Amino acid sequence: MRAPKRGRPSTIIGIVLLGLMLFPVYWMVNVSLQPAGSALRGSWFPFHPDVSGYATAIRDQGRNLVTSLVVALGSVLLSLALAAPAAYALAQLRVRGADLVLFGVLVTQMVPSIVVANALYSAYNDLGLLNSYLGLVLADSTTGVPFAIIVLRSFMQGIPQEIIEAARVDGAGRLRAFRSVVLPVSANSLITAALFTFLFTWSDFLFALTLTTTPTVRPITLGIYEYIGAHTNQWNATMATAVLASVPAAVLLGLAQRHVAPGVTGGAIK
Amino acid sequence: MTCPLGRDKDRRDKDRRDKDRRDKTVARVRLGERLAQWMFLVPAMAYLLLFFGYPIVKNIVMSFQQYTPTTFYTSTAPFVGLRNYSTILSSDLLSKALLTTVLFTAGSLLGQFVLGLAFALFFQRSFPLGGVLRSLLLLPWLLPLVVSGTTWRWMLDTDTGVVNDTLRNLHILSSGVPWLTGTSQALVSVILINIWVGIPFNTTILYGGLQDIPTHLYEAAELDGAGPVTSFRHITWPLLRPTVSVVLVLGAVYTLKVLDLILVVTGGGPADATETIATRSYELSFQQFEFGPGAAMGNVLIVISLAFAIVYLRANRRARNV
Repeated sequence: MRAPKRGRPSTIIGIVLLGLMLFPVYWMVNVSLQPAGSALRGSWFPFHPDVSGYATAIRDQGRNLVTSLVVALGSVLLSLALAAPAAYALAQLRVRGADLVLFGVLVTQMVPSIVVANALYSAYNDLGLLNSYLGLVLADSTTGVPFAIIVLRSFMQGIPQEIIEAARVDGAGRLRAFRSVVLPVSANSLITAALFTFLFTWSDFLFALTLTTTPTVRPITLGIYEYIGAHTNQWNATMATAVLASVPAAVLLGLAQRHVAPGVTGGAIK
Repeated sequence: MTCPLGRDKDRRDKDRRDKDRRDKTVARVRLGERLAQWMFLVPAMAYLLLFFGYPIVKNIVMSFQQYTPTTFYTSTAPFVGLRNYSTILSSDLLSKALLTTVLFTAGSLLGQFVLGLAFALFFQRSFPLGGVLRSLLLLPWLLPLVVSGTTWRWMLDTDTGVVNDTLRNLHILSSGVPWLTGTSQALVSVILINIWVGIPFNTTILYGGLQDIPTHLYEAAELDGAGPVTSFRHITWPLLRPTVSVVLVLGAVYTLKVLDLILVVTGGGPADATETIATRSYELSFQQFEFGPGAAMGNVLIVISLAFAIVYLRANRRARNV
């Protein structure tokens, strides 16, 4: 690495560059704290922070936030329940055709969601799954399941066979060995997969847009979209909702830092 | 005389019985093994078949059928052959959307990659706060696209947006640029926003690739008197190539699918200037209830994505081999 004496200027350049990159995030927070009327020409800094935007946001969108939370948690549970055993089989049990299955999993990541939505709409219509939590959880997991399989498999490949075999010798069945050896050992990668699945589902817009037709089950992303359409003059409330919808991403970056980089690269190269 | 032979035969019989038994046990264990493997795999595979396999097949079938709003009540959709495809071909819908998609994807990829690489190279030097800044950079990528899109839409507003406001205050412009409402500006704006979204992803993956290049190569090059440009050309770039192809192909596949951002920022407008294949497919199916042409449009997108998927798997294999 370079000599540390060159460090100081780099830090300053870095802060400036990052300030530019994160300016939209700052602006979102700034506008969300402006009073309703003046948001048309908001000031550069919320000198007199006004939380009426947030009050409106929670009144209008509180329910949608809860909907997003329920759908995202459901999708995390479903994705991990499906992906963890599959990843274990692909990583540790010598499955015939594992390469083919893995190939299939990789290819699913290339399938455009609009194609899935197009076909699911008529199927959901027949099955009565439109405007339902279950329908959204199932559709949203199309991002989570392949992603979790890839992340978990690449971790589980590193688990030494001996510790699983040791459990088997001690009389643990295959399921027992999976539950009490493989899963605990994989805790970190499970958390990474869970966090990112949550984030993907929380951010979903397309399935919310296509697979719901009434306000009964409406995720927050769709709530924001309808705000833009309905009252563009209430930008403080719109931005307040946007800030609230950004909370999971900020929390992930702030509290679960070490899971972020593996999550970003996880679905890609391994 | 017969005794040893008989004993021999007995032993052989016993051996064979043992072997049979062992074979059977082995076979049973193997069968158990295979069943267990399937138990672990089947739920996920069933899900993937239902939520990827079925939609792809269904989409292909739909593209040959005529759907109308009433189809969903009567569930009769007559087959119309290639009419949906000729509809999207003759009405210019496809060719215009295809051009926009290519411009959008190529522009986004180029910008994301160049700026992402610049950031990755920058963060490669060690300086105070480097790690913190590098992780904060990820925020734009982690935010929901609807949130980023909404924020940019407000910032780029012609009359009240902060971007035009700043340009006017700096006396660079007297009137505002119609970022999102001008037919020639809108696509550029959407590309710029998508570049902003994609920089963190490119930086992270490329930074990882840079970290894998052994430092002693740079030290050796420095001893040989190579400047930063030379060592970039002869060390960094060749060794980064596999990562570069992965990041470009993944970027292409993700960008082709982008729909949220465009729908939120411009809604495909003005005058269809930002309609891509993905947004067109959405509009045909879910706004005009023309599911047939919508499905045909979606199939075109699948074919393009699949072409990139093949390139991706090739690049992926090369990256793993290096």
